[in-house]
Amino acid sequence: MHRFALALVAAGLAAGAAPAPAAEKLSDGKVKLGVLTDMTGYYADLAGPGSVVAARMAVEDFGGKVLGKPVELVSADHQLKADVASNIARKWIDEGQVDAIVDLVSSSTAGAVMPVAAEKKRITLLSGPGTTAFTGEKCTRYNVHYTYNNWALANGTGREVVKQGGDSWFFLTADYIFGKSLEEDTTKVVKAAGGKVLGAARYPSPGTTDFSSYLLQAQGSGAKIVGLANAGADTVNSIRQAEEFGVTPKQSLAGLLVFITDVHSLGLEAAKGMYLTTAFYWDLNDETRKWSRRFFQKHGKMPTMVQAGVYSSVMHYLKAVQAAGTDDADAVMAKMRETPVNDFFAKNARIGPDGLLRHDMYLARVKAPKDSKQPWDYYQIVKTIPAAEAFPSVEAQACPLAKR
Amino acid sequence: MTQALFGQLFLGLINGAFYALLSLGLAVIFGLLDVVNFAHGAQYMMGAFAAWMGLTYLGVPYGWALLLAPLAVGLVGMAVERTLLRRLQGLDPLYGLLLTFGLTLIAEGLFHHAYGNSGFAYPVPGWLRGGVNLGFMFLPLYRAWAVGLSLAVCLACWFVIERTKLGAYLRAGTENPKLLQAFGVNVPLMFTLTYGFGAALAAFAGVVAAPVYQVTPLMGSSVIMVVFAVVVIGGMGSIGGAIVTGLGVGLLEGLTRFWYPPASSVVVFVVMALVLLVRPAGLFGRER
Repeated sequence: MHRFALALVAAGLAAGAAPAPAAEKLSDGKVKLGVLTDMTGYYADLAGPGSVVAARMAVEDFGGKVLGKPVELVSADHQLKADVASNIARKWIDEGQVDAIVDLVSSSTAGAVMPVAAEKKRITLLSGPGTTAFTGEKCTRYNVHYTYNNWALANGTGREVVKQGGDSWFFLTADYIFGKSLEEDTTKVVKAAGGKVLGAARYPSPGTTDFSSYLLQAQGSGAKIVGLANAGADTVNSIRQAEEFGVTPKQSLAGLLVFITDVHSLGLEAAKGMYLTTAFYWDLNDETRKWSRRFFQKHGKMPTMVQAGVYSSVMHYLKAVQAAGTDDADAVMAKMRETPVNDFFAKNARIGPDGLLRHDMYLARVKAPKDSKQPWDYYQIVKTIPAAEAFPSVEAQACPLAKR
Repeated sequence: MTQALFGQLFLGLINGAFYALLSLGLAVIFGLLDVVNFAHGAQYMMGAFAAWMGLTYLGVPYGWALLLAPLAVGLVGMAVERTLLRRLQGLDPLYGLLLTFGLTLIAEGLFHHAYGNSGFAYPVPGWLRGGVNLGFMFLPLYRAWAVGLSLAVCLACWFVIERTKLGAYLRAGTENPKLLQAFGVNVPLMFTLTYGFGAALAAFAGVVAAPVYQVTPLMGSSVIMVVFAVVVIGGMGSIGGAIVTGLGVGLLEGLTRFWYPPASSVVVFVVMALVLLVRPAGLFGRER
């Protein structure tokens, strides 16, 4: 009896001791993720609280623990301001022991946080900003650009629209880094495909709600296509007013960055027929439907591609921590690059040395009201754009990390 | 060339009618109550939301919303005047500005919390859908209606305040409330009604704007700065000044959009600075 008890104790000790070395490799005994997003501004609906819900779902689905230690989640509102974002990131890293920062919607905030995180060896998982330079000349060793970038949007929509006969363009552009970069990327694509660009109207953003005068300029240009190089509420307003001023159907709109929440608030009557490029659509297949319905139950809206990307990136990160047996950023990044992403969001997708996740994108067309059979039944997927076509090749990127 | 010019000018007129309507409410409140009503943008937003909620939850059509939404927001405004603004009477107008600014933040925050930010579409009523091709521009019927309606309301207000007995009471109340009270007029009630009326005007503009823009919690803050500039240019408290300057600023923006579009969003403020240099009380204002 005595010996039996001793054996039990010994076995217990052995079992208890086994995970200990791994746990020690977690700095401060836990993994902590920070969702830094726009909770109240123009992008709050497409990222914001929904991104927090998605990240929490990922942590719960993973079991709430990694390497036997708890996974913690914090979130904050960067208010779309670069200085606020970098301050929060600094505080999170220095005082809050945050290991990875997720979402970072809007290019200005992502651009401010990336260097801070890289300097302190923390990982950034971008889902929301579009600026292509984040995996080009501004790339860092600890960054993953997850959901989409402007290059993919420009190529997806731009090339297809020119192919369908829309060979003369006029841009309606949000006058800041994101809008201008999207206009620039799309201009290249349109010209390469044999089309021409007749001009652009750049409006101050945020702050413009009346687009009528810019739309008149577009109308006066006589271009076949009015390309919307904007996002969120701006896109919604410009589409509605384009309909009002009879821009459509004489000229067609091409939404370069349109989220499903935008289509939802526009209504199908105003948005019908528009082409758009997306990384995710809830009604794509059984897997996406299953996950999206769970998300809907928690959030009351169907997920945008940003929110789906947040879930997938958090899951991929936690798996990499598990596999690496540590939360050390170098080891985790290596594992994340090495392991393909395989979930409802992306199939056999890989993160390149430049930090860009290359996965399939989808060209979609917004359905007419009569074709929509149920709530949120908005897109008809026109074609799948394979990863290699959807994103720039590693060689084409100006990222110094990729050149070695 | 001329087509584009006329197009932009026409748009300017449309915007100007909106500015006039909004700045009229501000001018009425400032003129009579000495309150710089920063909540005007929030009241405009609440008007649009009231119309949207009425349509979405209760099926209230646009025509009724034009009446009911201002009424609802006006009542809220009267409650605010009774409970909060009244306590600041006689103090520096700055306190009123701070209070109404705070109320704006609260109202926007609450709506934002409840409805998110990308907003909702308010459909153009069926009988105002479509538009006319004027040759130089495509005029949406609804915009034409909005201009006509706004101008009609502006003129009616101007008439009531400047040409009727009720208006005379109101103007007297601003000059010497004690004396007016001695004549047996319930001045506090008059102030409450006036503030309620100003709020209702903002809400009315909100309902008119709802089909043009998205109904969003932040729709007020984006327009309020321009409207304040209009009131300052026209002269704080001058009713006629608000209407004329509102239209003028709209046209000026249109002209600027034609010549040099990037300047159109700042031209108002440039004009404001210039006017303040030359006439500190505004174009139509009187020195206090």
